[in-house]
Amino acid sequence: MSGDARRLSPVDVVIVGGGWAGSIMAKEMTEAGRSVVMLERGPDRSTAADGAYPASIDELEGNFRYRLFQDLSKNTVTIRNNSQQTALPYRRMAAFLPGEGVGGAGLHWSGVHFRIAPDDLRLRSRVIEKYGRAFIPEGMNLQDYGVTYEELEPFFDKAEKVFGTSGEAYRVNGQVVGRGNVFAPSRSDHFPLPALKDVYTAHIFRKAAEEAGFHPYSLPAANASQQYVNPYGVQMGPCNFCGYCSGYACYMYSKASPNVNILPVLRRHPLFELRSSSHVLKVELDADGRRATGVTYLDADGQECMQPAEIVILAAFQFHNVRLMLLSGIGRPYDPARNEGVVGRNFVYQNVTTSTVWLDRGVETNQFIGAGGGGVAFDDFNSENFDHGPLGFVGGSPVWVNQAGVKPIGAAHVGGPPGTPRWGSAWKAGTIDTYRHSLRIDAHGANMAYRDVYLDLDPTWKDTCGQPLLRMTFDWKDNDIRMNRYVVDRIGDVAKAMDARQVHLVRREFGSPFDTRQYQTTHLGGGAVMGEDPGTSALNRYLQSWDVHNVFVIGANAFPQGTGYNPTGMVAALAYWAAHHIRVTYLAHPGPLAG
Amino acid sequence: MQGLAGVAACGTVPAFGASAATRPPYAPRFFNAPQWDFLIAACARLIPADIHGPGALALDVPRFIDMQMQTPYGHGAGWYLAGPFMQGADNLGYQLPYTPRDLYQRGITGMNAHATTRHGRPFAALAPAVQDDLLRAAEQGSLVFDEVPSAVFFEQLLANVMEGAFSDPIHGGNTGLGGWTMLGFPGARADFMDWVDRYGAHYPLGSVSISGERA
Repeated sequence: MSGDARRLSPVDVVIVGGGWAGSIMAKEMTEAGRSVVMLERGPDRSTAADGAYPASIDELEGNFRYRLFQDLSKNTVTIRNNSQQTALPYRRMAAFLPGEGVGGAGLHWSGVHFRIAPDDLRLRSRVIEKYGRAFIPEGMNLQDYGVTYEELEPFFDKAEKVFGTSGEAYRVNGQVVGRGNVFAPSRSDHFPLPALKDVYTAHIFRKAAEEAGFHPYSLPAANASQQYVNPYGVQMGPCNFCGYCSGYACYMYSKASPNVNILPVLRRHPLFELRSSSHVLKVELDADGRRATGVTYLDADGQECMQPAEIVILAAFQFHNVRLMLLSGIGRPYDPARNEGVVGRNFVYQNVTTSTVWLDRGVETNQFIGAGGGGVAFDDFNSENFDHGPLGFVGGSPVWVNQAGVKPIGAAHVGGPPGTPRWGSAWKAGTIDTYRHSLRIDAHGANMAYRDVYLDLDPTWKDTCGQPLLRMTFDWKDNDIRMNRYVVDRIGDVAKAMDARQVHLVRREFGSPFDTRQYQTTHLGGGAVMGEDPGTSALNRYLQSWDVHNVFVIGANAFPQGTGYNPTGMVAALAYWAAHHIRVTYLAHPGPLAG
Repeated sequence: MQGLAGVAACGTVPAFGASAATRPPYAPRFFNAPQWDFLIAACARLIPADIHGPGALALDVPRFIDMQMQTPYGHGAGWYLAGPFMQGADNLGYQLPYTPRDLYQRGITGMNAHATTRHGRPFAALAPAVQDDLLRAAEQGSLVFDEVPSAVFFEQLLANVMEGAFSDPIHGGNTGLGGWTMLGFPGARADFMDWVDRYGAHYPLGSVSISGERA
């Protein structure tokens, strides 16, 4: 904090970030009677303004001018494939699309709302039990989360009820109740809403997957299949499959978002204050660095302010949380040479490839219809649902058709079948054919954590506040490439059971580096992970800093390694889990909750 | 409601000269005359009018691009353009100090310089097959410009051409919703509650734009 920062009135809790994690924590803390200030770097956003139909239904603004996304001109990251390279700035949006503004990535997400596979929470232990310690590849930092599915189940259930999630259960309280995912663990209750209807491509995929001997199920979707009122009393409308989820505020109030599902209640709460356009620079620590005293931020007028608080909750996007810890000196920075230190360790991504199947030209696949979280998946090759022993890799992929609504500029970029030129008459013919008659199948794989894949502060480039950018050192590893190739071959098995005119299977290629220019997914994780060993985790199992007990760090940063599932459901459950332990233990007895 | 009928009609969309005669000509605000000539010629090759549907000129893609250059995007909004600038492996992405406006200025100069050196005339005055060869060379990065690699310029151009052909007409392209009709995209209807389970059937309603224009 510099000398001229304006010192504000103290509050009980200051929260950095106005997305899902921050909104959940704010709701929980105000319920506990604590005063909360939420600082959001971007502008305020609401469905009424940002999701108003028809202006919101604008693909150029939504998906190509990044209306709801982070302004990279102010702050970005640098990226390299290995520590011998000079990392270079991520200057234009491409591979991943972090959000900005109230609602965060929770406003522009698609809505796929998973729990987690129980084995993924203790993957290191499970792999050693099944295959022996030597099965773990050299250089892989395989870890357990330090929390079990049974412990998290009530919080998954709570999050689904707040989100108004649509889906079909397989097992509730140990009893088989429906046609849900046979690999999913037992639930304490059904989904709050029935599954969305299958769009045509999902229907085809479901049939073909069954014929191939797999176990398809409806993707759990935080897109409401019916009108719904959540436990906070806010209403959602039924999804009409408009196809504008990812990149948009949902004009139908059907896609769950902090803006629709939580903030309308919070905004009226006397203990809650939202300050948008407030960019946090640093968590302030006391003289011995063991306790946070608040945060310093730039307000909407550029004035530096110090907000004192008893508890600091970092709930920004995954890599912003890690960067704030590094900038604030919370936790020991990771040193890849020694595989020691924890902040920046185990940075992971999502290992996705998309294959395409072309059907007969008389069949319209109507890809413009879609719901962001809708579709059909099978988990036969996810998590530890299959025997990895003879395959020799760790991790897996769900496989799915998740037709979220393909729009025309996007379709033009996808173009035609392999070998089609990217422009000219042949491109036109191929693009029309592909748009009208194809379907897309994803292998949505886990990405394991590796010793030499990590986050730290860049030595050269800075943001507009003069603070160093975060540096990503990331590349795909052979284990994950072999996993992807095995699972994509299974997509080939499914495609054989369709009346396919042409099939194009896309596999990750050995030796082909991570390409920052190609959109993949915004499912970034790790970097400040949870666990039971302070030597390998920045956070304890309650997402509390091991080093500064009044700092909690909520987000996908807590994942020790990636999973095959989309992260938001897990992030929401972890937020409710951490909030629960703050409420029942920490508020009365501030101090370390573990260790 | 023009599914196939619309496509058939598009096959007869007149070439640029005739089309321009039917409405007031657009006066570009960013591009100067030689640059505008290049843009029109290049757009006509990237999305030609043919039996599949209208070309980039009938869709007013050059107008779209000129209008985009007036927006914050044209001036590099949302791009991190702080130095230092150094080049790295291609997969680490764009590393130039230039905004979209800069890329067009430098890229078009480079393309016309190549055309003039090799063929004695600017790009717009060359035969379509020669233009295609030059565009392919730019795409493959085999042309050398002073400041902007030809592939970087080509990618900028191609991306904006696609945007112009397929974005909402509110932005100046996709005239008459011709891009959407060609593709079979219904536009801003954004309500398919009644068509989700009409498996494999052709969607019967034509495209509509944000402003309410119908194809």
